[in-house]
Amino acid sequence: MLRRLLVALALAGFAVALVYVAPTMAQGQGARASSGASTYKVPRLPDGHPDFQGFWNNTTYTPLERPKGIDREFFTKEEVVEQMKRAAADEAEQTEPGTIADVHYDFTQFGLDRSQAPLSVNLRTSLIVDPADGHLPPMTEEGKRLNAARAEARKRAGPITDAAENQPLSVRCIQMDRDGPPMLAGAYNNNYQIVQSPGTVLILVEMLHDPRIIPTDGRAPLPSSIRQLEGSSRGRWDGDTLVIETANFTDMFMFAAQGASADMKLTERFTRVSDDTLVYRFTVDDPKVWTRPWTAEVPWKKSIGPIFEHACHEGNYSLTNLLRGAREDEKRAREKKPASN
Amino acid sequence: MGRLKPASTVALLVAVGVIAALALSFTVEGQTPARPAYRAPRTTDGKPNLNGVYQAITEAYWDIEPHSSAPSPVKELGASFATAGGLGITDGPLPYKPEALAKKKENYANRLKLDPEIKCYLPGTPRGMYIPYPFQIIQTPTYIMIVSSYARAVRTIYMTDHKEAPADSWMGWSNGRWEGETLVIDTTGFNDLSWFDRAGNFHSDQLHVVERITATGADHLLYEATIEDPQTFTRPWKISMPIYRRLEKNAQLLEFNCVPFVEDLIYGNLRKPSSSN
Repeated sequence: MLRRLLVALALAGFAVALVYVAPTMAQGQGARASSGASTYKVPRLPDGHPDFQGFWNNTTYTPLERPKGIDREFFTKEEVVEQMKRAAADEAEQTEPGTIADVHYDFTQFGLDRSQAPLSVNLRTSLIVDPADGHLPPMTEEGKRLNAARAEARKRAGPITDAAENQPLSVRCIQMDRDGPPMLAGAYNNNYQIVQSPGTVLILVEMLHDPRIIPTDGRAPLPSSIRQLEGSSRGRWDGDTLVIETANFTDMFMFAAQGASADMKLTERFTRVSDDTLVYRFTVDDPKVWTRPWTAEVPWKKSIGPIFEHACHEGNYSLTNLLRGAREDEKRAREKKPASN
Repeated sequence: MGRLKPASTVALLVAVGVIAALALSFTVEGQTPARPAYRAPRTTDGKPNLNGVYQAITEAYWDIEPHSSAPSPVKELGASFATAGGLGITDGPLPYKPEALAKKKENYANRLKLDPEIKCYLPGTPRGMYIPYPFQIIQTPTYIMIVSSYARAVRTIYMTDHKEAPADSWMGWSNGRWEGETLVIDTTGFNDLSWFDRAGNFHSDQLHVVERITATGADHLLYEATIEDPQTFTRPWKISMPIYRRLEKNAQLLEFNCVPFVEDLIYGNLRKPSSSN
């Protein structure tokens, strides 16, 4: 009963959220034309640059690539509302009542399902806006070889329960899709804080307590011999848009899961189109992997703070227990074998 | 001018003594002046501008108390991981309660297994301020962020929205205020997992840290902290050290995401024996 009530409450909250975000949809469509004739007056800092400071959330139901069978750039509002309602209900019901998983991952109760985040109603059928078909461009032969080699290395390493290093970066608390860059929403906790001081923009990602420090003082990029999971970012202002260019990635970084190489060049653009919306648009230029650059766009919605300390690695019992459980299973299997002979 | 009477002489000597004592105490206090002569450049909101990349230069990360040099606990690392001797940054021996002192000694003896730094855990406060990595201060009127290169440790100093710690954490919950030239940070809400140094000096979740950060020149900060933890110590004690601006032209924090560096150490014993990875 309680569960039904919670779901009902979540859906009710969702309906309220829809009414709340409805006015920003027009803004969002205006933002499509990015430098279009928007009447919004962006707040400014004493140094004259736009003020993006505050707490933001980039939760979305929109997939990176356009779903199969859809050949339109936009859904109707009714379609999106229906999809969001259905997804919210699915997320609320994704665990069986009374199971351990239900206690641990009761998404509704713990506010983890996406419908409880500050959501934008995005009419786009994919986050990818270029190519126009909403899909990643074709991979180069070199890109195919690189990713086949990666898949082969993963296969050689064995199942993910064999060793910590076989697990995805997120399970190991090393890097998550929220951290990026590019910064893409996950299933929950898509919280960010932006802090600006002259010459520096800090984007604090709550997930994995990740402070992305972006110098905007025109300093030289790092030498290419220095490689980092998050690359090396340099920011500049293009009118009222913050442009961040990042390179110097490692081969192990999060976006490799999408196929990208360490030589990827990333350009991110932040534009504030209303008090509660930042438009985040990024272009991936990785000629080693993709035959042409591609671009995606995700709205970030104003949220509330504070950002908490997400000490993931420090409390990573799950990884220990996954590995320990697998070793225990193997031990039992070995003990069972001789008996059955 | 008559000769002084004996009683007056005594009074005079006492007076001289008192003045001398006061002068002496002033000299000691003078190391941590309440009103520094230096006036820092200002931010647009008129506060001392502490923005920049800094680093403490001290051997206190080995041991915040005065200590001799010592061999490395890891034979293979030889002199490169040997302890550098240091004068310490505390105002005297740490006033441990007897049972806490016993735990400190145990921590030291088992430091290779227990030191959170070895596992790439968050450094806590104040350890994050003198761990041997640069940190950056990003200052605004409402938030002052202190970001360490080590383990991407972040501290948010709430300058206007003061509140009690909503939950325990490694770095603590920090409320800040300006007292003239000095940034005063009051931090509580700690867990009991971080250490002060590599020597096993530790605290409980009752830890309360009050830091005072004052620019003493264009490239120097004076860092002072009062440490209070009635569960671990018999009285509050103090830390004092200078912090230096990193003057390299392109000074910046580089990524030190150390989690992958410690996976074999932490999870290696749970690896499938036949695993090639």
